[in-house]
Parts: sequence; C-alpha cells; structure tokens
Amino acid sequence: MNPNHDHFPEGDSFRQSLSGRYRTASIWRTLFLSALVIAIISLAALLYNVIDGAFGYVAYEYKNDPAEFTPKPLDDLNQPELLAILKANLSSGAYNKLNNEKPMEKRSKADLYTLTLERLIQIDTKQNWSLTESLLRGAEIRAEVAEKYPKAKLEFRSWITPVFLTTPMSSKAEFAGVRTAILGSLWMVGIAILFALPIGTGAAIYLQEYADKNFINRVIQTNINNLAGVPSIVYGMLGLAIFVRVLEPLTSGSLFGVTDSNGRTIFSAGLTMGVLVLPLIIINAQEAIKAVPDSLRQAAYGVGATKWQTVWYHVLPNAIAGILTGSILALSRALGETAPLIVVGASTFISLDPDGPFSKFTALPIQIYQWTTRAQSEFHAIAASAIIVLLVLLLTLNAAAILLRNRYQRKY
Amino acid sequence: MQNTHSKEYAIETKSLFIFYGSFAAVSEVNIKIEKRKITAIIGPSGCGKSTLLRSFNRMNDFVPSSYVTGEIRLHGQNLYSKDIDPVEVRRKIGMVFQKPNPFPKSIYENIAWGARINGFKGNMDELVEQSLRNAALWEEVRDKLKKSAYELSGGQQQRLCIARTIAIQPEIILMDEPASALDPIATLKIEELMQELKKNYTIIIVTHNMQQAARVSDYTAMMMLTEDRRSGTVIEYDDTKKIFTNPKDKRTEDYVTGRFG
Repeated sequence: MNPNHDHFPEGDSFRQSLSGRYRTASIWRTLFLSALVIAIISLAALLYNVIDGAFGYVAYEYKNDPAEFTPKPLDDLNQPELLAILKANLSSGAYNKLNNEKPMEKRSKADLYTLTLERLIQIDTKQNWSLTESLLRGAEIRAEVAEKYPKAKLEFRSWITPVFLTTPMSSKAEFAGVRTAILGSLWMVGIAILFALPIGTGAAIYLQEYADKNFINRVIQTNINNLAGVPSIVYGMLGLAIFVRVLEPLTSGSLFGVTDSNGRTIFSAGLTMGVLVLPLIIINAQEAIKAVPDSLRQAAYGVGATKWQTVWYHVLPNAIAGILTGSILALSRALGETAPLIVVGASTFISLDPDGPFSKFTALPIQIYQWTTRAQSEFHAIAASAIIVLLVLLLTLNAAAILLRNRYQRKY
Repeated sequence: MQNTHSKEYAIETKSLFIFYGSFAAVSEVNIKIEKRKITAIIGPSGCGKSTLLRSFNRMNDFVPSSYVTGEIRLHGQNLYSKDIDPVEVRRKIGMVFQKPNPFPKSIYENIAWGARINGFKGNMDELVEQSLRNAALWEEVRDKLKKSAYELSGGQQQRLCIARTIAIQPEIILMDEPASALDPIATLKIEELMQELKKNYTIIIVTHNMQQAARVSDYTAMMMLTEDRRSGTVIEYDDTKKIFTNPKDKRTEDYVTGRFG
C-alpha cells in the first residue's frame, strides 16, 4: 500500500477535522452575510434620511390676511378672480414684469394662485418637521403649534410635488422648484455624451482593434485606466483652465455671435463632464469590443473582408449595445457630479431656463448643495425632495442601461 | 515526400518556416497540394497542423509577432511576397473553422455579405441559392432564409459556413477540423459534401480523426514534432492509402495504428 495512506486521518479523527472545516466555513459565511447586511442597512439609512426630509408637517402663517384681498376663501377663487386680485394689488411695475415673462391672462389658475400666495399674502413658514416626527409626535406637534403660533396653519405636506418639478428657482422654499436645475443637468449630460461617445468609441476601437501591443500603447492604456480614477475636482480645474478660460471665445459663444455671456456656460460644463466620463466610456467600450468573439472576426476575414469592413459590419454592431450601456452608466456618474461644476462656475441662483449651450446654468447636485447649506429647515426639506428627483433620474438611466443590455444580449 | 501522381498543383510550399517570435512552430515544409483533391493534414496535438493550414490564407497574420520564411506559391506567385495583399489571398483561399461561426445575421445575409463586400455584381438571390445547394443545405433552409443563422443546428451551421465560403468562388477551401464539434451524422454529411466539393475546389483539411482522414482524403500529410521536440514538420506526405497501409516512416506507422499520439 502507498505509505502516504497512513498520513490521512480516518474514522473519528477524520470526522473531527471535517467538523472543524465546517466551522471555519460557517464563520466566513457569517462574516460575508454581515457585510451584506451592513451594506443594505447603509442604503436603507440613506433612503430613509432622504424620504424623512421630504415629507412632514409644516406650520405657516399668512403675513397678510387673505380677507384683505377677497371675501371668498382662497381655494374657491377662479382664474379671472385671481387675475383681478393680482392686478388690483400688485404694483404696476411688478405686474408688468410678470406680464412680460408670460402674459397674465394666459396663465393657469394654479400659476396665479401660487403668485397670489407668493406676492400678496406671503407665506411665512414658522417651523417644519420630519416625516418620523410627524408620524410619531403628531399630537405634540399640534399642541406645540397651537401654543407657539396661534395664528399658524398646520398641514402635512409632501415637499416633492408636480409643481416642484416644473417651477424654477425661488428665494422662498415654498415656491422653489427644480425645473431650471433639471433642464441644466439634461443639457449638460447631453453635451457631454455628444462629445464623449464618438471620441470614446473611436479611441476604444483603435486601442482594441488596431493598436499593437507595444510599450507606448501599454502606457496609454494604463493611463486611461488611471484617469478613470482621478478625483472629479481635478477635471473641474481642467475645465476651468481650458474650457472656461482658454477656449472662452468658443464656450461663451462669442464666436457665434452670443454677446452677453462669459465662459461659464452649459457648454463648458458639458465639455468638462465629457472629459470626465471619457476614460469610463473608453474602458467600457473596450470591454464591449473585447466581448465580441474572435471567431466572428475570423469568419469575416475568412470571406475576404478588410479590417475596416470587419470592424464596421461585425465588431461594432455586436458591441454597440455594450458601448451604449457603458455610456449610460458613465452619464449617470456625470449627472451626479458636483465638484467640477462648482469649479467651472455653475450659478447657484438662477430662475431662467437654459435656452442653449451658451446659457448660464445650474444643475441638480448644485441646487441640492446650495439648499442644504441654507439655515432655514424648509430648504433642507426641498433639498431632500431634489435628492429624490436626482435619484429617480439616476435609477431611470440605470434601468435604461439594463433594459438595453438584456434586449441586445447576444449568444455566440 | 515526393508526390508523383499528378501534374496540376494548387499550392506549393518551398522550405516554409512559420515563426511565432523567435520560435519556429513549423519548419522546413515542402509539399505540393494537388488541384481538386482532398489533402488531409494529420498529426498529434501541438505539432503545427493548424498553423500550417492558416499560413495558406495568411490567417496567421493576425497573430502578433508571427512571420513566415520560405515560400507558399499559388499559380507560381508567392503568397507572402510584398506586393500581395492578404485580403486578396483570403478571397481566393477560403476557410472553414473548427467551431461553426456563422455571422449573427440571417441565413441569407451570411452568404450574401462576403459576396457583397467583394463587389459581386450578379444576381444575389441566385448566388445564395446556388451556394446553399452546393453546400447541401438549400432544402433545409429554403423557407427560412430570413431567419437567424443561430437557429440552425451545429451541423447546419457548419454547412452554412461552407456555403458562405464557396459563395465568393475561392479556388481552395481550407478546413480546420470542420467536424470536430459535430455529432457523427452531421460529420457524415460534411464528409459527403466534401466529396461533392472536390469536383470544383481544392480542399485541405486538418483533422484529429484518422478514420476521417482515411475516409475522405486523397493525400495525407503526416506532421510531427522534430527530434528536439520544438518545431513541427511534415515527416511524410503521400497517397492516403499508402500512408495508412504502408507508411515509409516508422513514426507515421505508430501514429496511424494508434500506438502513439
């Protein structure tokens, strides 16, 4: 018999060592499970925190009594009545300014109602509470409000509303919305993708299909991988130096006859974001191209295709879904970036919608950042609401990426 | 290694060496492949059969650092001379691969694409039908030409690959273990097809399956690693019958009788 046979445990001692092995395994399993639990708790805490801020009781007073303007309850007024009230009570300068932005007669009832509240009655928010507090201490809050602010109304409010999505920035939290920020963000990622997708895909094709495996190309490849990890503020500095300053004639639009802006435009921000996501897009596109099997390339070469025909007719069509998926994920990073925008010069208060690449702009993360730095707690509530908007946008993008991947997933 | 039977040759190699970097994968190959016959290349794994086959239509060009010395002649023209474009070589010398690799497109498009990129001006429907008929696939797919090639079975896919290859009217068809991924029935169909095809084309086939080589081929080249075990070469090249019944080389005899390899 093989002499090594005696060195293996048998019978009881084998079973003992086996139970030892299972013990070790179960310890590791528990560790992995707790890692997962910690991750889930962190995510849940994040979501809780955001949702907690976006809903809850708010106590507010009317600075001016509605009875001063109309004998009817405010909610029962119709559009012409609201229009008449505004016309009668606003200064003619303010009225004309509003009328210039959008003719008053054509505004909706909801719009006029908001204007009446904002300009005439003027809401004064006294205090607001988080969702948890509102749910757990409802009676206490009501008692507290009755005592401290006898004139105040208390209402349970969702700070995120359709109106919140469609109104521009305002200096009053009650009337502020994220339309300008959403449009700014969309313009920005649009420009970023127009810039980065063709360039990134082209670079990836070259690196993957044409470049020799020599020293220089390895250095380039390594640096692309490293660039994907460079802190975003560094890209902000780059954007400031190159796009905002050096290329100002281009990015301010003065080359195209736009006169009233400097280099701090959506165009600069979009290009900066484009440069920021470029390494990600290149790497993702390379992976997608790598996933196209060599047998397909050989099949094409085998029937007398040139390299270009092989790439154009077979490699790219089979890699395009992967390239787009990667680009969408890269875009969702651009959508959430804040630091480069601060450096490039996003406006923190702007109520005009961006109307082209050479507009001043703000973006969702900037808006959120700006609101969270305000002292009044009602701004924290609308910051939480804006975070929900941003998260929904990001999830939508990621869902689109997943759908695209599943739809075009190929089996070779 | 003399081939005394025929006059007309499709391909001739002259002291052919194939290198990967400084390593000679194949060395000193001198063979003449006869026109409109089936020539099998057999030998143990790693002896350079596929490398030799791929050198005939310059598919090895895609392996970085590979190069060739010596000559491979087609119509007296060296395929590796500077003024020869490898794309033109592959247009004349088609290839069928080990694993069926149809394009992820329709059956029709699989055939038509190669013809189209090579500037085919005739009637495409006719060409597709003719190629599929010649590959003994027409009856099975005539009603689903617009369907994806991936819906076909492995054996059908491989015949589609053969149809795709003959659609561009090559002179020579290289087959790199074309039946190794197929079941015996599909294999038989491919072998029958090869007998049909050799009426019009020269076929060179690499195979691991010695019965297959014995069944289908007219000539057989036996490859083996050289004594120092570094480089593959053709040790014997003759009529298939002779190789399998009365080989000159002891190593060939050991191999074909299953005593080695």
